Amino acid sequence: MAEEKRPRKGLNLNRVDMPRQDPKERIKNFNEVALGYTEEMAIAEAERCLQCKRPVCIDGCPAEVKIPEFIKLVTEGKFVEASRKIKETNALPAVCGRVCPQEEQCEILCVLHKKGAPVAIGRLERFVADYEARVGAVEIPELPPSTGKRVAVVGSGPAGLTVAADLALMGHEVVIFEALHKPGGVLVYGIPEFRLPKSIVQREVDYIQKLGVKLYCDVVIGKTFTIDDLLNEEGFDAVFLGLGAGLPWFLNIPGENLNGVYSANEFLTRNNLMKAYLFPEYDTPIKVGKKVAVIGGGNVAMDAVRTSLRLGAEEAHIVYRRSRVEMPAREEEIENAEAEGVIFDFLVNPVEILGDENGWVKAMKCIRMELGEPDESGRRRPLPIEGSEFIMEVDTVVVAIGTGANPLVPSTTPDMETNKWGYIVADPETCKTTKRGVFAGGDIIRGSATVILAVGDGKKAARAIDQYLRTGEW
Amino acid sequence: MFRVVRKREWHPTITELWVEAPRVARKYRPGQFVIVRVDEKGERVPLTVVDANREEGTVRLLFQKVGKSTFHLSLLNPGDAIADVVGPMGRPTHIEDFGTVVCVGGGVGVGPLYPIAKGMKGAGNRLISIIGARTKELLILEDEMRAISDELIVTTDDGSYGMHGFVTDALKQVLDRDEKVDMAVAIGPAIMMKFVARTAEPYKVPLIVSLNSIMVDATGMCGACRVSVGGTTRFVCVDGPEFDGYQVDYDLLIKRQQMYLDKEKEALERFKRQHPEAFQGVC
Ligand SMILES: Cc1cc2nc3c(=O)[nH]c(=O)nc-3n(C[C@H](O)[C@H](O)[C@H](O)COP(=O)(O)OP(=O)(O)OC[C@H]3O[C@@H](n4cnc5c(N)ncnc54)[C@H](O)[C@@H]3O)c2cc1C
Ligand code: SF4
Ligand code: FES
Repeated sequence: MAEEKRPRKGLNLNRVDMPRQDPKERIKNFNEVALGYTEEMAIAEAERCLQCKRPVCIDGCPAEVKIPEFIKLVTEGKFVEASRKIKETNALPAVCGRVCPQEEQCEILCVLHKKGAPVAIGRLERFVADYEARVGAVEIPELPPSTGKRVAVVGSGPAGLTVAADLALMGHEVVIFEALHKPGGVLVYGIPEFRLPKSIVQREVDYIQKLGVKLYCDVVIGKTFTIDDLLNEEGFDAVFLGLGAGLPWFLNIPGENLNGVYSANEFLTRNNLMKAYLFPEYDTPIKVGKKVAVIGGGNVAMDAVRTSLRLGAEEAHIVYRRSRVEMPAREEEIENAEAEGVIFDFLVNPVEILGDENGWVKAMKCIRMELGEPDESGRRRPLPIEGSEFIMEVDTVVVAIGTGANPLVPSTTPDMETNKWGYIVADPETCKTTKRGVFAGGDIIRGSATVILAVGDGKKAARAIDQYLRTGEW
Repeated sequence: MFRVVRKREWHPTITELWVEAPRVARKYRPGQFVIVRVDEKGERVPLTVVDANREEGTVRLLFQKVGKSTFHLSLLNPGDAIADVVGPMGRPTHIEDFGTVVCVGGGVGVGPLYPIAKGMKGAGNRLISIIGARTKELLILEDEMRAISDELIVTTDDGSYGMHGFVTDALKQVLDRDEKVDMAVAIGPAIMMKFVARTAEPYKVPLIVSLNSIMVDATGMCGACRVSVGGTTRFVCVDGPEFDGYQVDYDLLIKRQQMYLDKEKEALERFKRQHPEAFQGVC
């Protein structure tokens, strides 16, 4: 609950907590864990904002949300107006309010952070977006006359959705092509229902379609059409690539192809996109044993391990080669996992996955690690402790050590440059690639990053595309 | 939505559908496949494309009913719609004039083999085709294969038609002849491809096989389809489906194909209770 300290008059350091489902209950369902503020809670929290003359919080927001302005509207009970204020710069407030790492963006810069209780900007953002949707007040802004220009957006993750919305608001005709059968990118196939309900993503997609954006699923660019097809035969004036970084990495250790070993992408896609948790009502199956080990320490690993508990695992482990402080996952997600009973095996690295005679996982051979000197990432490098190998019995292994760039589009677009990791080379300010008329943003130019950075790229790209379409200058 | 325009039942367990998918039809080349999801609750299953009609904007799918999804698909009639048909996925077959090519197909593997064989013939190769089935009734595309082949050998395991034996027996006979074979292509159950590789290896004939692993997205995003080829992990959906037949770890492929057997059985039983009509004539 709220912290009881008031060191200085006028400063309210009682950050209003957000109710959540009880951990014992929530591991039995896929419903959202966080329950959101009530109106009273939202107003109480909003009133803590000092309405700074020079709001440093905004510097931390890649979407440049007018934070104090929307918070002021909350204090006045004008929740719908508050939501619209956010939407002036960020089309996805209900999503960002839930999954953005506010603690390292806007909230870390908030002047109250130094006092240990930054304004809960993310929770407020989430509250007003949900409020607006709940009262059915989502408004379609008036659209400018058509410019007659056509833009193809490839990929419907946060980058693609943002660029599409912004370009539609500038009067361009926009068509989104998505490879999967549902739009949303990682928001639908990766992030679980209990953290981001899919109905919320759908709501955002509906809004963007109401702006006149056309959406075609089941179209794989590089296969169904190439980029050149889009620019030539299909008559698009510009193309935006928001392909994400969806290629799963494996550990390259023996036994990784045994049955029962999943990439996090497969594990989460089966469950989220394909709804394997509703099998056999839905056709796609998933296999979760009694003892699950998820390898990795990021958000993806937390999502996978918490999913495995909900699918009935008796014991769910995070196996991570460094220690708790180096884990890249959001603090909130680590705490949620701890509360749900996830066991953390720090300073442990698998070296081999062992199988039974039928080709199923039965154990993992691991080695203990210690931390040495810091590496390029600034985190202390994990080093194996010789002779410390041990066997860990598990029947399901999920590999969540990261993802890379999918070569489908680059390999069919030889005149567009990629870097040595396979990511598309793009100007950080304009998202222009090395191919005329083609822009790219989000994870495909940055490597796995965040939703809000993808949103930020979408905004920049939309401005640059608009400029290009109006002037024809590259 | 992707509408079914024609349907043919080859056998109570083998169905052919022509489906409207103009974008796929336009790009399709032999060796490629599509991902099909029958309805909102369906799973994503890979099906090889046997043919495409660009003018009509349709693709021809031919599949064996093995699980819930394929039985479900077989219930569709002309006019009905499939939720999703995505593609064409995978790399097309490398087709050129090699000289003499032997194409070996087992079971419904003859389906995807047909367009490749046709392509090989069209490129100027002498084409020897070997197609086999367990028994006469399960043999598909015989006339079409005969029409494009310089020589066609049909085998049945039970001797009910053609040569009594396996496709590998016929292959051995062909390779033992006094004729140079420059390339072999084999498509069928994993176990068949494994034995084709074993049969052809001593003759040092380059061999291409097309793998049918379990898939989810088929865009290279999940790794469900991974196989081991020459000791390296490859994704069938984007790196394949065709690989060097001598480098594939078939035993691993077979084990991975069986990962969900119990779940598949459960889903099939459930579907059987709901749609007994789909199982008429199926023992
Ligand atoms: C499990 C998980 C949890 C995460 N948690 C968080 C979090 O809490 N907070 C946060 O900020 N970030 C989180 N992230 C990261 C965040 O989701 C990504 O940074 C963000 O989604 C990137 O957006 P994007 O638009 O670049 O691409 P994506 O969201 O990856 O979308 C790309 C889309 O393009 C489609 N596509 C790809 N290739 C083609 C093609 N050839 N043709 C057509 N379509 C194509 C894909 O199918 C996909 O739908 C998480 C990621 C994962 C995997
Ligand atoms: S820095 Fe904190 S207190 Fe100041 S305006 Fe931003 S949210 Fe309000
Ligand atoms: S099916 Fe997902 S990567 Fe091949």
